[in-house]
Amino acid sequence: MTSALGSAPAGSGIASRPGGGNPARPHRKRRWSRTAQWVGWIWVLPALLMYGFFVLRPLVLTVQYSLYQWNGIGAATFVGLENYLTVFTDRDLLKIITNAFVLIIFFSFIPVALGLLVASLVRRITGGPAGTVVRTVLFLPQVIPLVAAGIAWSWMLSSSGLINQALRAVGLDGLTKSWLGEFSTALPAVGVIGTWVMLGLCTILLVTGMSKIDPSLYEAARMDGAGPIREFFAVTLPSLRQEIGVCLTVTVIAALASFDIVYISTSGGPGIQTTVPGLEIYRLAFSQRQVGLASALGVVLMLLVLLCVLPIQRLTRGEKA
Amino acid sequence: MLEFSTRFSRRRLALLVPLLTAGLTITACSAPGSEPTTSEDSDTAVSTELGTDPITLEMYAETGFPLAKALADEFTKQHPNVKFNVREDQFTVIVENAPRVLASDNAPDIIRLPTMVDLVKDGLLKNLDPYFDAYGWDKFPASSLVQLRLADGGAERGSGALYGMGLGYSVTGVFYNKKQAEQIGMTQPPATIAEFEDLLAKAKSANLLPIMQFNKNTAGINFPYQALQNQFGDPSQIADWIFQKPGATFDTPASLKAAQAIEKWAKAGYFPKDANAIDYTAMMGEFQKGNGLFMFNGDWESANLDKNMAGEVGFFLFPGETAEAKNVAMSAPNTFGVGARAKNPDAAAYFLNWLHTNDKAREISVNVGGSHPGGPSDLALPPVGEGTVLAETLAASQQLGADNGAVDFTANATGGIFAAAITPEMQKLIAGQQTPEGYVKAVQAEYEKELNR
Repeated sequence: MTSALGSAPAGSGIASRPGGGNPARPHRKRRWSRTAQWVGWIWVLPALLMYGFFVLRPLVLTVQYSLYQWNGIGAATFVGLENYLTVFTDRDLLKIITNAFVLIIFFSFIPVALGLLVASLVRRITGGPAGTVVRTVLFLPQVIPLVAAGIAWSWMLSSSGLINQALRAVGLDGLTKSWLGEFSTALPAVGVIGTWVMLGLCTILLVTGMSKIDPSLYEAARMDGAGPIREFFAVTLPSLRQEIGVCLTVTVIAALASFDIVYISTSGGPGIQTTVPGLEIYRLAFSQRQVGLASALGVVLMLLVLLCVLPIQRLTRGEKA
Repeated sequence: MLEFSTRFSRRRLALLVPLLTAGLTITACSAPGSEPTTSEDSDTAVSTELGTDPITLEMYAETGFPLAKALADEFTKQHPNVKFNVREDQFTVIVENAPRVLASDNAPDIIRLPTMVDLVKDGLLKNLDPYFDAYGWDKFPASSLVQLRLADGGAERGSGALYGMGLGYSVTGVFYNKKQAEQIGMTQPPATIAEFEDLLAKAKSANLLPIMQFNKNTAGINFPYQALQNQFGDPSQIADWIFQKPGATFDTPASLKAAQAIEKWAKAGYFPKDANAIDYTAMMGEFQKGNGLFMFNGDWESANLDKNMAGEVGFFLFPGETAEAKNVAMSAPNTFGVGARAKNPDAAAYFLNWLHTNDKAREISVNVGGSHPGGPSDLALPPVGEGTVLAETLAASQQLGADNGAVDFTANATGGIFAAAITPEMQKLIAGQQTPEGYVKAVQAEYEKELNR
């Protein structure tokens, strides 16, 4: 953002004439560049104000609230870092944070891996009308509101739902259970819903990325005697590094900040088996009215997201450059 | 030149962004929130006259419960100068919104209330004592309003000033499917807990689901749990705990015994196997489909069940350990209060008085709300259809009133106790992930944590 802001006015005023084609009027040029800079700021100002008011201000306020014990209405008491201490020592809160990390497996790793597989398979047909159908079908989960998806999945996963009906139909009665209601299966079951939602997004991004790979690379690989698997690891995978980076970034954030799927399908139960930080922040702030603790957990969540996402960015960008 | 200008604006940007942030957050420098308004307005004169000026009462009510709207419409019919602007939300949303809505400039005149303690502490509710005197609400049974009283600015419930009134006073107990009851040979409601457990076992061996109960989102199994708890000990201990009386504890032999019974019932398969995945709506749907002999619930469903399962449902108050035991049941007013910042508090109080005393309003309370309309004890109850479950719940309500056996819900003890302890721990208890001892201790621990906050 910094360079964009800085170079825009400069570019319009000076850089367009890099040779300095008119050395006779240096004064005017400098004055113009100054004005241009201020004009640039004025153009940016409305967006900057919105950004400041709706993004930076709440962020700063959240950090401030996290240092208080406050019910949202009455007087607040300054408690320093006590709320953070609670976040890192409360057994339930730690379990809740761990749940979010378990969800990364289902929201990120599985969709990216499956996405790579599906994308390699459908790559050859993406050109024709069949490709459009495949892309639409795969992208559909992204279009359906997560709340609707959550409701539909909780029906399918219920004890009389589709999944159990299918199991019974093939004689696996022993395996049927209330997937979202039992302690051992609730979190993976929620994860499966996430996989379903994220798979389409990952596949579409990866298919698009594959279509940009130079076909001559494949040709060269084939001439060197590479099979489809070798081709995948030698050509496809390295070429998709940036797309995989985007997929991982988006899905890791979705896993750590998940809310709607969990809220609809299990409400965090049974027990706190599927409670995630997003849900707990909402509960703490609005039902238990512990705005301070909720804010502290929010700040911790933000830092966790950055901690996970920044290395992914660095890894996928850095090696490319 | 290019380099210069870029560096220049970078420096300026580095200066401007923090300045901008600081400017925008300047208001944040002081501690958030404010001291509750201390000016207590209980001494100001109140009027029991409605007047003839056109006014609009702002009402904030619960979605899915048409009683508030029905009463408002009838009131406008009788008093055309008063109109209502009704906003509806789900109860959980009201719980979350109430403090902010009441603190806003556009505070509702009449609002469906969740737990009142925090709201009173923050000075957001109007003290109704002046109206209590002006309208002579002392003629109402004192027990019906006791849950709505708060002492010392919210420090303790069950005594002190009045902060709400009920739009109906509901009672809870056990609904049963008459056909299935016949099938297992139940000719009359069980007189003791032992008889009730006997019926559960009979239903189980007849391949029926003994109890249809939800336990997802919020712990529906807390209904049977508290029903047992009420009978295993002195219910006033539970009331003291709910009212946050000093020294009251959840860790009692009665609580433990109730937890052990629930564990036993769960192990015996008396609850749905996937109770932790069944929410309230699903429970109602399943029960009406004929899945479940018993269902622990409240009279707010009477009208609904009379419509969808006409003549097929019965109701009884949960029995005691002996046939002579006093009737005790969870029973609570459907609480509505008046905002401290309401624009028309006198008209709001007039409305609250009207719905307890006006014949037509009482009829609507019973037929639409399904609950006892409250009001002066000497006023007759509106007539209801013979053989309906509504008639049974109303009779149960009278019976409970006569025994003075109403107890509030443990879920109302503190703002967070239901979501933070009772629900998750109950889900664990019925899944065998928590012991009865652990359950009782966990609920008490959360309670203490919240009170010490």
